[in-house]
Amino acid sequence: MAITKETVEYVTHLARIELEPKELEKLSRQLQGIVEFIDKLSGLNIKDVLPMSHALPINNVLRDDLPRESLPVQKALLNAPAKEGSFFVVPKIIE
Amino acid sequence: MELNTLTAHELIDLLKTKEVACDRIAASLETRIKGIDSKVKAYVRLDKQKEFKNSGAPKPGSSSLEGIPVSIKDNICTDGLYTECCSKILTGFKPPYDATVIRKLKDAGASILESKTNMDEFAFGSSTENSYFGPTHNPWNLDCVPGGSSGGSAAAVAADEAILALGSDTGGSIRQPASFCSVVGLKPTYGRVSRYGLIAFASSLDQIGPITKDVTDSALLMNVISGYDPFDSTSVNTPVPDYTKSLGKDIKGIRVGIPKEYFIEGLDKEVKNILEEAIQELKKQGVQSEEISLPHTEYAVPVYYIIATAEASSNLARFDGVQYGFRANESTRANLIEMYKKTREGGFGEEAKRRIILGTFALSHGYYDAYYLRALKVRTLIQEDFDKVFKDFDCIITPTSPTPAFKIGERMEDPLKMYLSDIYTISSNLAGIPAISVPCGFTKAGLPVGLQILAKPFNEEILFKVAHAYEQRTAWHKMKPKI
Repeated sequence: MAITKETVEYVTHLARIELEPKELEKLSRQLQGIVEFIDKLSGLNIKDVLPMSHALPINNVLRDDLPRESLPVQKALLNAPAKEGSFFVVPKIIE
Repeated sequence: MELNTLTAHELIDLLKTKEVACDRIAASLETRIKGIDSKVKAYVRLDKQKEFKNSGAPKPGSSSLEGIPVSIKDNICTDGLYTECCSKILTGFKPPYDATVIRKLKDAGASILESKTNMDEFAFGSSTENSYFGPTHNPWNLDCVPGGSSGGSAAAVAADEAILALGSDTGGSIRQPASFCSVVGLKPTYGRVSRYGLIAFASSLDQIGPITKDVTDSALLMNVISGYDPFDSTSVNTPVPDYTKSLGKDIKGIRVGIPKEYFIEGLDKEVKNILEEAIQELKKQGVQSEEISLPHTEYAVPVYYIIATAEASSNLARFDGVQYGFRANESTRANLIEMYKKTREGGFGEEAKRRIILGTFALSHGYYDAYYLRALKVRTLIQEDFDKVFKDFDCIITPTSPTPAFKIGERMEDPLKMYLSDIYTISSNLAGIPAISVPCGFTKAGLPVGLQILAKPFNEEILFKVAHAYEQRTAWHKMKPKI
């Protein structure tokens, strides 16, 4: 299928990545090539095949709900680009 | 004697007889790193961290690596030590905890090198050129790439700048650089080694594994890092055998499949000849080899680049300038969405952006069924190919990579060509099976070639058995690069 610049613009918005127009154009071109390559899969008959999300025959792994020590707040904040007291600081989100 | 050139098992023997002390091993590594790493660039942040973090005596009951230094890839969390995935977006990140594998190494008495090994940003790549810190150079030819994404670990081991190293493998990132650098690299069965503390690329494919100078060291390191971990819900609770017991065994009668789909167009002639000689050597030791078919091989790369990028786009959503790492400067007064966008624009490298956007595309409304869901179904077919073969065969042998190491810069402008360098390694990640790469020769230009062995899930023992038997009859693993 054809990858238009609009598709790439839409997807970059979903991915929360800003791109310079020049970068966007280059990426659209490269994605077109990659998508043509992965379109190879469309020729396969997969009607009765079940999807495989991972390699192990395990699911719904549960553990006992026991309280245990967690990361102290100050340690969790050590790497924050902006913090105040016991909080991460982000731009205002509610007017 | 240069201690840094020895293997871990040789050093363990010397330590036992008290012929050397731990600090002399560390000192000899340090001298080597100071001497040549400006050329190889296997480590990052050497300016800031040159020390070894000694953990002291091993805990009773754990297999001992007492006094043995281990080098760690930059995407495995080490408490208080830079762990930046070689990405600008994680600059300055020092994890507040140890990955399970690091805790296990410390419990075994190993010491952790403070400088981490170089890698493609977030393990996105096959050449270590996508590192924020610049590329690593192949010790066998400094103009060539070491492979990737664990290129720093493989180059450090090959150049005797490391005794043991850990890498991670999502589509070949341990085995392909091991093959390019003439060292031993193992990707364990999915679920064999805990992923807790491995910064996730594609959660259904990632595994941590050893990169070592020989097969014995690989088994030793696997003894320490394997096993069930309640912190990783995909780790499997099956007993860990003593892998060193698989060494030195007779391989007569072992049934080996050679997949015809791996010996076609695109495979370098020299690599093909070297591999055929290696198979002959194994036949001399009594293995029975036969041509087999893995009919869906040609679909592995497209399936991988849908699934791996889809999972990556989701895993990397956490890098948004809030909890850690880089935040775009000009965004402090902007709104939240703008801050995310500017931070991710400035913080991710080109390949990371490409993969996140491709993965987002494959998961987005309207394309999900055509790409992501379809890829999951074809993944089933790829796993079934292996299941069928392993009914009649003990292992499969292939080249690790279709070509020897390529020149730095050669494939950077052509992502598709770069992706195809993983064509022989990707299937085992998709199927979740273990695979090892061992040195099996050199091209006329002096570049290493690797032999890959694959086996059934949780059957690492057969890999060690065959790889060790081959290693005993050859001297490739003893060759050292001149730097």
